[in-house]
Amino acid sequence: MRALADLYRRLDETTSTNRKIAAMVDYFQHAPAEDAIWTINFLIGRKPRQVVPTRKLMQWAAEQSGVPDWLFEACYDVVGDLAETITLLLPAATDTSERRLHAWVEAHLLPLSNMELEDRRDEILNAWNQMDEPQRFVWNKLITGGFRVGVSRRLVVRALERFSGIDAAVITHRLMGEWPITAETYQKILAADTRDADISRPYPFYLAYPLEDDPGKLGGVDNWQVEWKWDGIRGQVIKRNSQVFIWSRGEELVTDKYPELMHDAAALPNGTVLDGEILPWKEDRPLPFAELQRRIGRKKVGKKLLSEVPVVFIVYDVLEFSSQDIREQTLQRRRNILSQVMSTYPAMRLIISPVVTRLTWEMFNKLRQESRQRGVEGFMLKRLDSVYRVGRRRGDWWKWKVDPLTVDAVLIYAQRGHGRRAGLFTDYTFAVRQGKELVPFAKAYSGLSDAEIQQVDRFIQRNTLERFGPVRSVRPELVFEIAFEGIQPSKRHKSGVAVRFPRIARWRHDKKIEDADTIETLKALLSAP
Amino acid sequence: MINKHDCLQVTPNGLYCSEGDFYIDPWQPAKRAVITHAHADHARGGSHSYLCATESKAILQSRLGPDADIETLDYGQVLTINSVQLSLHPAGHILGSAQVKINAGGHISVVSGDYKTEFDPTCAPLEILQCHTFISESTFGLPIFKWPPPEHVLQDINAWWQRNCEQERTSILFAYALGKAQRILTGLDASIGPILTHGAVEKVNQSYREAGIRLPATQYVSSLEDRNVFKKALVIAPPSADNPAWMRRFSDRSRAFASGWMRIRGNRRRRSVDRGFVLSDHSDWNGLVQTIKATNAERIAITHGYATEMVRWLKEQGHQAEIVPTEYGDETEVDEHV
Ligand SMILES: [Zn+2]
Ligand SMILES: [Zn+2]
Repeated sequence: MRALADLYRRLDETTSTNRKIAAMVDYFQHAPAEDAIWTINFLIGRKPRQVVPTRKLMQWAAEQSGVPDWLFEACYDVVGDLAETITLLLPAATDTSERRLHAWVEAHLLPLSNMELEDRRDEILNAWNQMDEPQRFVWNKLITGGFRVGVSRRLVVRALERFSGIDAAVITHRLMGEWPITAETYQKILAADTRDADISRPYPFYLAYPLEDDPGKLGGVDNWQVEWKWDGIRGQVIKRNSQVFIWSRGEELVTDKYPELMHDAAALPNGTVLDGEILPWKEDRPLPFAELQRRIGRKKVGKKLLSEVPVVFIVYDVLEFSSQDIREQTLQRRRNILSQVMSTYPAMRLIISPVVTRLTWEMFNKLRQESRQRGVEGFMLKRLDSVYRVGRRRGDWWKWKVDPLTVDAVLIYAQRGHGRRAGLFTDYTFAVRQGKELVPFAKAYSGLSDAEIQQVDRFIQRNTLERFGPVRSVRPELVFEIAFEGIQPSKRHKSGVAVRFPRIARWRHDKKIEDADTIETLKALLSAP
Repeated sequence: MINKHDCLQVTPNGLYCSEGDFYIDPWQPAKRAVITHAHADHARGGSHSYLCATESKAILQSRLGPDADIETLDYGQVLTINSVQLSLHPAGHILGSAQVKINAGGHISVVSGDYKTEFDPTCAPLEILQCHTFISESTFGLPIFKWPPPEHVLQDINAWWQRNCEQERTSILFAYALGKAQRILTGLDASIGPILTHGAVEKVNQSYREAGIRLPATQYVSSLEDRNVFKKALVIAPPSADNPAWMRRFSDRSRAFASGWMRIRGNRRRRSVDRGFVLSDHSDWNGLVQTIKATNAERIAITHGYATEMVRWLKEQGHQAEIVPTEYGDETEVDEHV
């Protein structure tokens, strides 16, 4: 545990990628396999779920620290992070423990979820009493389900590559999917023999960057394959050894969640992997993403939902064919193979992503303006001679989205943020005008510069009207331009609409709240092209 | 009036004693200003005359300019003005920092100024004063503020410097130029490498040395021609030096900040320094609570920090407590407050 706490501190204390990698390499050099595998698991974001209700945890921590609940809350408000607040408040431990990470997790953390609340309390108090502050902080992050440190999966892979000498792509591949958290898995991840092919394993996704420049700079349209950019869940359909596996980009195995895809997928030849998008689809066109969201959270999908929100898999690419990894072939070749597969094995619910053809970028741009009507987000541009790469890379694939919708809205609630901006007010709720009232319609937290965030933070401190737990209502005064990708009618929201990917486009210093947009303006966007 | 026995009043210009006709750390120019210590938020210019502890004079003079009229009192020496008796007592905050004790017809009030309970080799230790009314600061008046032992922090600083030194990386440590910087200097292991200072720090060092405080040898950074010295050096600079123009001279560097605010991770990350060393010249929560209790004051007034929270907590503990509004830094300006 001490070693992980130390690693956490080192990762947390630097913004330099190289120093982060160096810290991880140091860690792996000393960590026993049964600990290292848990660390990898946590670092790549597979954190355990919260095992104690926040209220209870706050109560226990306050009791142990001898502070009244209101004072605990006041401290939490200043720190902005629950795990940290608890760490800072607890009295010094009277005991120590050299118990290692795997033992803490397997024998103490995981069993918590099956215990009576009282026993959980004892177990947690006991743990607190055996740890110093850095260990407690990590432990608290784990039990609150908030373990997060500023490293990406890619950085972890680079550290493992540096440490083991195994190629990063192989490690990435091995880290995908589900694996038992054991010393054996760790050895497999770093095994020198790289032929291991777990039949369920997907390939790492290749992701596109948004196109900010004029597409004219990409050269002639002839070098590019243009497809619609669909708004669903990126996924892979795998057929190997007569079994079907469907993966989402979040690296979840979702085969059971989309049973309607099973029939077509099972008909594919063995040794086939398709890359595409799971999309809610009815009467030859996509449904809004919000509809798909109704299915995402569920383990089992009922008949009603199946008929209301059926899905299809729009196929973009083929990554494996006849059990051969063909990612190194050009997109043009892969597309030929894909067309062949799709025509040989006719399917209802696997639909090849149509290629859009126009003579000039100008014409594409014109067509792009129809995106919203068509229920898509714009275009995907893929270089015809590109290979299928790993992760988000510039150059070969671009997403050319339709311009976002915008309204001018008023800041009315704020909450402190997490991560690098912990403690500052960075999570905002925005409202539009409805008669004399303000109706909240979107939450957003990105898009401001550090200096602007400081400024807004100061404003909030001085203009708080009321506090509701961590949320503060703020004197309505500041106006921001809010951009979003799409808008749908919604019964669950007070405003009657739900917006997709809202973010702050800019601070409108020049506007007063009377200049903010109205609910009517917002609703008019429902029918925007 | 803080209470009817008391000679101190809260005015828009700060705490005022009408009987003695003086202000304590006034925010605007006054006829007579009693200064607890030379930090900028307590010692403001323009007053007709100043009174401070003897050890504070040199620093205060250099801060306020040669024309400022500054009288001094030794710690414990009593000055009678009309019917009140005034004396200054060590606050343990920085060199020359003082608590102001006022005896008005047997009713004793103490204004703490900034103070700390921890040992600091660069100044006299805090003296606990028995009083009726105690006006305490509360910069770090929340129980999350608990200071690690300063000797451990200094060990950590030396270890960080040592590691950087091995990698030929300059260690840049931001600390307030007055007090904090010198306290750190006394704890540095000069065998690791050269110690360099920013001009603002070097200026204060001089005053400290003249006052007889032993500091290790330091060199003024801008006087150095040979940049090879930087590779193994530790540089102490005020937080305001953390700008590209000043930092440019150090190619490979590790940045750290020494302050009580570093207790909170978010503060460190916002400054995006590599290390945050928790070292404060203020009392932590326990230091505040213990000091307040030890004065046996009947009335407690809290200023300067988390006054709302401390007052509520003290009341719940059965004390009579109230808030004294001040102009010193508030929560939003934590970084500007020393
Ligand atoms: Zn001070
Ligand atoms: Zn102060």
